Amino acid sequence: MRRIWRCSVKTGLPFRNLEPAGTVELRLDGRPVRLTAGANLAAALLEAGLLHLRASPVSNAPRGPFCMMGVCFDCLVEVNGTRRQACLLSVEEGMEIVRPGMAGTDDAL
Amino acid sequence: MTRFDLGIVGAGPAGLSAAITAAEAGLSVALLDEQPGPGGQIYRAAGTIPAARRAILGDSYARGETLIEAAAQADITRFPNAQLWAIETGFRVSYTQDGAAAILQCEQLLLATGAMERPMPLPGWTLPGVMGVGAAQILLKQSGLVAEGAVLVGCGPLIYLTAAQMLRAGAAPRALVETQSRGDMARALRHLPGALRGWRSLREGLGLMREIARAGVPRYRAARDISIDGQDRAERVRFRAAGRSHELSCDIVLLHHGVVPHIQAARSAGVAHRWDARQHAFVPVRDRWGQSDVEGLWIAGDGAGIAGAIAAECQGRIAALGIAARLGRISPDLRDRQAQAARRALSRETALRPFLDTAYPPLPEALSPHDDTVICRCEEVTAGAVRRAAGLGCLGPNQAKAFERVGMGPCQGRICGLSVTNLLAEAHGQSAEATGYFRIRPPIKPVTLGELAALDIAAQTRTDT
Repeated sequence: MRRIWRCSVKTGLPFRNLEPAGTVELRLDGRPVRLTAGANLAAALLEAGLLHLRASPVSNAPRGPFCMMGVCFDCLVEVNGTRRQACLLSVEEGMEIVRPGMAGTDDAL
Repeated sequence: MTRFDLGIVGAGPAGLSAAITAAEAGLSVALLDEQPGPGGQIYRAAGTIPAARRAILGDSYARGETLIEAAAQADITRFPNAQLWAIETGFRVSYTQDGAAAILQCEQLLLATGAMERPMPLPGWTLPGVMGVGAAQILLKQSGLVAEGAVLVGCGPLIYLTAAQMLRAGAAPRALVETQSRGDMARALRHLPGALRGWRSLREGLGLMREIARAGVPRYRAARDISIDGQDRAERVRFRAAGRSHELSCDIVLLHHGVVPHIQAARSAGVAHRWDARQHAFVPVRDRWGQSDVEGLWIAGDGAGIAGAIAAECQGRIAALGIAARLGRISPDLRDRQAQAARRALSRETALRPFLDTAYPPLPEALSPHDDTVICRCEEVTAGAVRRAAGLGCLGPNQAKAFERVGMGPCQGRICGLSVTNLLAEAHGQSAEATGYFRIRPPIKPVTLGELAALDIAAQTRTDT
């Protein structure tokens, strides 16, 4: 079931980039997505409006970046086959990102 | 493989300052950090950002550029993108970099791992869109991202700094939901005379508040009964203030009620810690040079106790001088003389702490959350589950792991550690000191079998003599 983000009173995305830059193409859950080239991966996902990065393995609860400094592990995504903290990685063209536990991925509950 | 005189973990203000001082004294220095560039959290990306973003961030951030530039000129061996996962005395520091595990050897080891947000468990705090105020700072510094119409919840100077920066970036916060009370400020005034030594910081703080007031950002005080809810993401914050209920809709909620030392590495190395009641956190036991109770292991910066970036710089220099003297590169006399200026500056910086810690204390309902509130984010263990475990005879945090899996998730208790200590201390009527903290064991960051297999044993065990 596709989730449809509901915008609040403001139109647009939750985060604004003060200096928008060029994007590169990656794959997210098997689908192409464009993210800011060379940016911090968690930040780039947030910029693209992707606040929901994984489903918690305990209850499937939606989770996303929380601390941005490698402490909380809530930004865990599978990058090129390995679970990594997105906040410690940079966007690279052609990255394969899979959001753990979300519908359509292998370990969805 | 080189055996460095000094290995430093963390390239924030303390680590950078220590590296510069140690290199000046002729020590061979290795500087490790998880991030691609130096600066830690407070000076994240300093020196690499456009002028407009720099102007938004303000002067205190610019100080980081000077420090980073000085470190770039010094003879320091850098290890960026390096995740530390084990420390063995001697020292052998195991880390992962570029998909391979590696070992670094050093005579002396300095941990400058800085601070992290004090956990702030509130109903709904695990929803996407809820982040730390520190996280918003990092997003702005490193990525030039600013949240539109965010609600900031909690207390402390970082809230005012972040709100002012958002205003300068044209993204006014929806509101500041502040949790400190008039009583807190009244109690803090007792510490004001001492705090006046740090009058520059106080003036800076007042300036931020004026900026926020001029922009008309709504401020609520002494907020309580705070909760966040939404369908799959944060959509609104509810709270009570001034005798009324309030509800604010927003996409992003930023939480902060102080920072605490990030002690994971120190704990894993067996460093003794004590409870600091005023900071409401565990701090490592150190001598006045930063030497811990583990021979050759030193700690400097916010990881030793919260005192801010400038204090961290001072502590880094002081520790490096202590280390240089320990290694016989400078005399104790020279060490003492060279440390004088840093000690004076450190004394000025720490003068503010009693005032700030009292004026902006931790939020009581986050220290002792509702039964239904998740306190272990990784394993989704609630405060109620920890209380029930206590009722069943669970005495300490390590037993709690067995009872409830709390602290056994990927973050290894970084987020829930203090919450568990608080809850058990409360349940048993004991001090936090007596209750203790999770035992932390390596690996303190995940390392894959593939990364371990890539460890070049031959290269690692050959040593230069």
